[in-house]
Amino acid sequence: MKARSLTLVDRLTIAIPFAWLLAFLALPLVSVAGLSIHEIADSIPPIAPLFSHAHGHFAIHASLRAFALIGSDALYLSAFWNGFVNAALTAGGCILVGFPLAYAIARSPEKRRNLYVLLAVLPFWTSFLLRAYAWMGLIRDSGPINALLLALGVIHHPIAILYSPAAVLLVMVYSYLPFFVLPMYAVLEKLPLDLLAAASDLGARPAYVFRTVILPLSLPGIVSGAILVFVPAVGEYVIPELVGNSNTMMIGGILWEEFFQNRDWPLAAAIAIVTFGLLMAPALLLRRSMGRLVGAGL
Amino acid sequence: MSIQERPILQIRNLSKSFGATRVLSGISLDIPRGSIVSLLGRSGSGKTTLLQLIAGLHDPDAGTLSIAGADMANVPAFERPVNMMFQSYALFPHLSVADNIVYGLKASRTPRAERERLLKWVLELVRLEGLGARRPDQLSGGQRQRVALARCLVLKPTVLLLDEPMAALDRGLRADVQKELTGIQRKVGTTFVLVTHDQDEAMAMSDYIAVMDQGDIVQFGTPREVYEFPRTRFVASFLGTINLFECGRVERFPSHCQVTTEDGLTITASCNADSSIEPGHAVGVRPEKISIARGPSASANNFAGVIERLSYCGNLSHATVRLAGGRAVEATVVNSDHTGADALAPGAAVYVAFPPEAAVALRT
Repeated sequence: MKARSLTLVDRLTIAIPFAWLLAFLALPLVSVAGLSIHEIADSIPPIAPLFSHAHGHFAIHASLRAFALIGSDALYLSAFWNGFVNAALTAGGCILVGFPLAYAIARSPEKRRNLYVLLAVLPFWTSFLLRAYAWMGLIRDSGPINALLLALGVIHHPIAILYSPAAVLLVMVYSYLPFFVLPMYAVLEKLPLDLLAAASDLGARPAYVFRTVILPLSLPGIVSGAILVFVPAVGEYVIPELVGNSNTMMIGGILWEEFFQNRDWPLAAAIAIVTFGLLMAPALLLRRSMGRLVGAGL
Repeated sequence: MSIQERPILQIRNLSKSFGATRVLSGISLDIPRGSIVSLLGRSGSGKTTLLQLIAGLHDPDAGTLSIAGADMANVPAFERPVNMMFQSYALFPHLSVADNIVYGLKASRTPRAERERLLKWVLELVRLEGLGARRPDQLSGGQRQRVALARCLVLKPTVLLLDEPMAALDRGLRADVQKELTGIQRKVGTTFVLVTHDQDEAMAMSDYIAVMDQGDIVQFGTPREVYEFPRTRFVASFLGTINLFECGRVERFPSHCQVTTEDGLTITASCNADSSIEPGHAVGVRPEKISIARGPSASANNFAGVIERLSYCGNLSHATVRLAGGRAVEATVVNSDHTGADALAPGAAVYVAFPPEAAVALRT
């Protein structure tokens, strides 16, 4: 086939995602990056202009102060660490809960699958804050969960779930679960049943079938679902703030504090840029491993 | 095979329903050791379900199934001494050819040295030497089929089940692959049970054919038996073509029967105690048993007619002859004269004839 030049329609079709990425990814990123090298000032907005022109002298007032601060202050490093650990635990929790859920949906009668998928994402239709508050009510010391455990005699004093790292993990996993379940379901639903029957026919017990066939073939779903959970979870601010322990600062909370309370916009912007950089590295690595999986005929 | 030898696979009164649909209704079947048996039927005849019940992929509602004398009830698929070659081949896409083949050996924790030995043996058997490192998507259709076959044979199953083994292959490849598959079977001696809807495939490959219709085995026998002596109208017309004559009146003589058809033809059939013909039965005559001549012959069954249509197929010609009474008869003649000087032509007045033993009784 002869290569033909792009028509106007082709160009327009390509231009739409390009414009989207430019407007919603590149421009904000450039603007945040620009903000991060400003100097702070006691003004509104609280930054000094990057360029000045006084007495016939042209001056640039750029500074890497914010980045130096992040690198030197252990507070930021530990907040990054806490944010990443929290996101990793959330992704892990979503895998543990979401995989069996997605598998069960994918193996249910075809007529009911869409209904189950709908039920899995239904909580998304109500306000996120409302659901977070609902959880606070459920897990507080005098809440129904403690009341039930007390009534059953499992515990004799209410256990303090609320304002603990466990509460953060619980609500995080709950909130991010659909991000994992949907891609996971999409992969599991396409898993040919013949392969499972063949494995069983060749003498593999169910656990062996899972380890040697189901797991490797669903790895792309696990990876993409985990990325979809992990990336936004790193910067999560609201859930740790509402149900977490205020002593464990996560990077999302630090960013909020620097921006709104300390009014150090360049520092907040620098935190965002560093977070972005830290997330890009593993994402690129994962993309390469996904490429290998696709190469394996999946 | 000696008659006394116990069948390797014994099926008794097996039934299975899916929801309200009865897929198998009380099937019994004995499969002799070391044979190739085809389950032949249209889609929906229950042949694939029967195969899956043998493999243990489904449980029967009633009836028993034993392999090499052992009852298979409550024996899960992964413990049965049978393996199945799937219609799609179901090769694991993430594993190499070699890893696909040794999958079952690894699952049963066969020592590595033994695995290597068996792998080498089976790769040679199915002529896939040197392709062990390939992925399934780097193979041709025929090679994929041989991987699927090797993956089963390496486990030395008592019975190998093949679900539509030729369905995923190009038509042009099938005849060669059929020969190859039967050749491999003769070499290893494993009992093959294969499901097919293709009568030519069943005829070419099998020692025995079980013809299935609507959840029942309607006839079991060698390819020659089911073709030459079909017991029902369904079997007769499913395997090849046949001329059907509906019986009106039957007169019995010591050496033969005389059947008067509903449209007034009188047919002489050789019927004895185990092939008696009764009113309501049909008499079937295969087209190649009917000869066409320009004049009447000495044959007991001799009818005048006119050639209505003739299709020349090189080695054979298929003729439709309209008899005086109005009925059309299909006849196949061998084109032994290459000059075509004596060739039949449409419109020619001819006589069709067939011997009494060519007329077989079809009961239902």
